[in-house]
Amino acid sequence: MKKHPKLPEYLSLQNYTLGFISSLILTFCAYVIVVSHVDSGHSTLSHRSITSIILVLAVTQLMVQSIYFLHIGRGKSALWNVVAYLFMLGVVTIIVVGSLWIMKNLDYHHGESMTPAETNKHIQSEEAIQPEAHH
Amino acid sequence: MSGQVAKLDNNDNKTIFGFWVYVMTDCALFASLFATFIVLRNNTFGGEPASELFSLPYVLIETLLLLASSFTCGLALRALYLGNKQAVLGLLGATFVLGFAFLGLELNEFHHLVQEGNSWSRSGFLSAFFTLVGTHGLHISVGLLWAATLAIYIWKQGVDRIAMRRLTLFSIFWHFLDVVWIFIFTIVYLIGAL
Repeated sequence: MKKHPKLPEYLSLQNYTLGFISSLILTFCAYVIVVSHVDSGHSTLSHRSITSIILVLAVTQLMVQSIYFLHIGRGKSALWNVVAYLFMLGVVTIIVVGSLWIMKNLDYHHGESMTPAETNKHIQSEEAIQPEAHH
Repeated sequence: MSGQVAKLDNNDNKTIFGFWVYVMTDCALFASLFATFIVLRNNTFGGEPASELFSLPYVLIETLLLLASSFTCGLALRALYLGNKQAVLGLLGATFVLGFAFLGLELNEFHHLVQEGNSWSRSGFLSAFFTLVGTHGLHISVGLLWAATLAIYIWKQGVDRIAMRRLTLFSIFWHFLDVVWIFIFTIVYLIGAL
């Protein structure tokens, strides 16, 4: 193997190939899991488990590409790159999880085509709240 | 043909860090669009749901094209560090062609959706879909323009320091777009097919 003195280690052909092949495998895994699930008439696993599995595969691929393609933590000013990256992960999590949480809660409190009175009744029965006696 | 290999200076490294910060803020834009999409993805207003609208094999081909172009883009940067101008141009050209094919497939998909009456004005789900995927496609278009101008620069000026800085910035941008696409592929298409 010829050594290239000017080439930083993280730009090696092995690193790029490793990143590319792992990404291919992760993509195909997610694809095959979903297609076989749909073809089997949605009977392989529960909807929730399939969703969790392919989200885990996507996050794994995010990590693979961050390391092998984006070279996180390598080169000059690496520390600040990592700080900005981690900060961004936090912001993205807050935006996505926060929005979904708020919207789910709103959805729960405003059931589809319910009047406010019906919504109250619905929540009372869902959460086993005894309505206060009217005086 | 291995010539003099350029070296980035301190200012270049500052520029690269600044661009990295821009890319990180772009993540916040995509995060908002993803959140919007996930909230609206079942609001089809009586139209076809995602599982009947999209073809998974077609989207898999798009995904593979973009992944391959991300790979060739990384190899182009590597070739630049080795001072191999011919290889840089070849790999950057491959990146452009693969990215262009990806964009072509995406626009073709959009065209079919709109023609069948499933445009962005059809439902909340489709508005969110076109905004999210379209914003990614717009980034890809800008990236293609960038790759083309960069290739012309390298062809005329060779693999100098400026080329090295620009290709480093472009590779960050291009790999980032591939990472965003992983989540579009997973959340919009795969979960949509369930």
